Amino acid sequence: MNHGQEAQRTWNGRTVRLYHLPNTLSGKLWAWRYLILRRVTQFSVLLLFFATAHWAWVVAGQPLISGNLSASSLLGVIPLADPFAVLQILFSRHLLATEVLIGAAIVLVSYALVGGRVFCSWVCPVNPVTDLAGWLRNRFDLANALHLNRNLRYYMVALVLVLSLVAGLAAFEWVSPIAMLHREIIFGIGMGLIGVAGIFLFDLMVVRHGWCGHLCPLGAFYALVGKAAQVRIRFDETTCTRCGECIRVCPEPQVLNLNQAARLGRVASGECTNCGRCVPICPEDSLSFDLRPLINRHNQRSAETSARRI
Amino acid sequence: MATGAGKGRRAFLIRLAQGASLAAAAGLVWTYVLRNQARATPFALRPPGARDEDEFNALCIKCGQCVNACPYDTLRLATAWEPRPIGSPYFLPRENPCLMCPDIPCREACPTGALGREMERIEDARMGLAVIDTENCLSWQGLRCEVCYLACPVRGKAISTERRLAPDGGYVQMVPWVHSEHCTGCGVCENRCPTEEASIRVVEARLVQGRMGAHYRLRGAEPGGVMVFDPPASPDAGRPSTEPTVPGLDALNLGDLP
Ligand code: SF4
Ligand code: SF4
Ligand code: SF4
Ligand code: SF4
Ligand code: SF4
Repeated sequence: MNHGQEAQRTWNGRTVRLYHLPNTLSGKLWAWRYLILRRVTQFSVLLLFFATAHWAWVVAGQPLISGNLSASSLLGVIPLADPFAVLQILFSRHLLATEVLIGAAIVLVSYALVGGRVFCSWVCPVNPVTDLAGWLRNRFDLANALHLNRNLRYYMVALVLVLSLVAGLAAFEWVSPIAMLHREIIFGIGMGLIGVAGIFLFDLMVVRHGWCGHLCPLGAFYALVGKAAQVRIRFDETTCTRCGECIRVCPEPQVLNLNQAARLGRVASGECTNCGRCVPICPEDSLSFDLRPLINRHNQRSAETSARRI
Repeated sequence: MATGAGKGRRAFLIRLAQGASLAAAAGLVWTYVLRNQARATPFALRPPGARDEDEFNALCIKCGQCVNACPYDTLRLATAWEPRPIGSPYFLPRENPCLMCPDIPCREACPTGALGREMERIEDARMGLAVIDTENCLSWQGLRCEVCYLACPVRGKAISTERRLAPDGGYVQMVPWVHSEHCTGCGVCENRCPTEEASIRVVEARLVQGRMGAHYRLRGAEPGGVMVFDPPASPDAGRPSTEPTVPGLDALNLGDLP
């Protein structure tokens, strides 16, 4: 990407610089650090489940993590469960055992702290697929074939819960392409991969970030959970030149509402997946991961130093 | 004569109706798919302790912890488009039967209660019911086999053998009988049966089991469902008592009995 020919813009008296991928390998690796970390995490999650199921990995005599993302047992003692799946079962008017309820609570609280959609960009097995579709879309410069409202996903959540109530079954769990993909990777491949193939084509040819950004009820559920997130992207208004590089790279660009971010000192929307794409790409280092209680203090300090500089 | 506000309201109401119709249409198709999936249940033999169809389908979160817990790799999760409800655990006895672990590790691993806690002993499990195809069973056809009888973990109870003289009178047959009262549906018999296709199969009980109804009386019936048809020694033995136990019904034929 060469922005060299572009006319020089300024903003608030500062030259607007654009992003350049470093030439050195170490520079590139550093620029891709969150991407690499995310892929390692996604792959490791699958590996741990798979190895427990097939190679009987144990720690202290206990299965490492038995089950899958719907529900599992860590070291034979700590239950974990998908809170959205549990919510659907409760809506289907059936009484669940305490173990799975505790598991759902543990997962819910964890994601509420680190950011609901951390599940999306760091754990969900569909994410690498939709990321690939998005990347190919950019390479071939494909236009959207359809316009979808990004709030559709919240209607999907409502629909899923109503259908669970009516049908007496966890409505999304029985058709979820995410659960199908994950389950069949761990417990044996079948036609479940067809769902994720559909998502790939939809994302590639029809709507940019079509599934994850517009339809997926699980992502939407976690977006609601993420409103309370304590790990957030800090936004430093004093250094930002409004170059817009972050918005171009973000899969949920509406969350980088920079005027709102300037007011709050952070990216506030629960739809932010904490993927960290925007952090290394910002030429002014205005974006960084931070803990919510510390954000204001850090922004304050940054404003003071820049005031001293002037 | 619609005012601006009136027009706005009309447009809003139309949009609302459109949205609601779309959701209803999608919801109907979706519900159809769900119920159709769930209907495939009778073709899946569930792990021991599984609750009734509707409850099991609703409660099982498809986590596979039961699958991992089974020491004999008996259980598996249905993949998409199999003729069984997607993602839920089942087993195929001919390939790998349930060996009836006394500590029931699959049930212990289940976090949701889809495999119920109430069952105390593995012998109380009712995963299915064995049925014999007498036209292909070697023993019923006059050869000596009785493999199922010998392999059955509920030895001597779930399957018994009956000595009988072959129809042409030349030799003694040992024919196997299954007794629903004791059969757990573990499928060991189906697994071991030496015929090309198993001549004893485990199927969900309600697919093959009838119910007589309380108003029928059996001559010489042993309580508990095992029927041994013994002609009564005296004309009066085994006759229903004249005390009606089902009000009304028993009075019906009393006068006609010999
Ligand atoms: S939006 Fe849905 S499919 Fe996409 S990453 Fe999140 S949970 Fe997975
Ligand atoms: S009782 Fe034992 S053999 Fe049977 S399914 Fe459960 S774990 Fe497997
Ligand atoms: S452990 Fe229970 S919830 Fe999990 S798959 Fe087995 S029956 Fe279903
Ligand atoms: S399924 Fe077969 S082996 Fe198992 S208890 Fe019944 S008769 Fe015995
Ligand atoms: S094992 Fe098969 S062939 Fe042998 S007696 Fe039993 S049902 Fe008949």
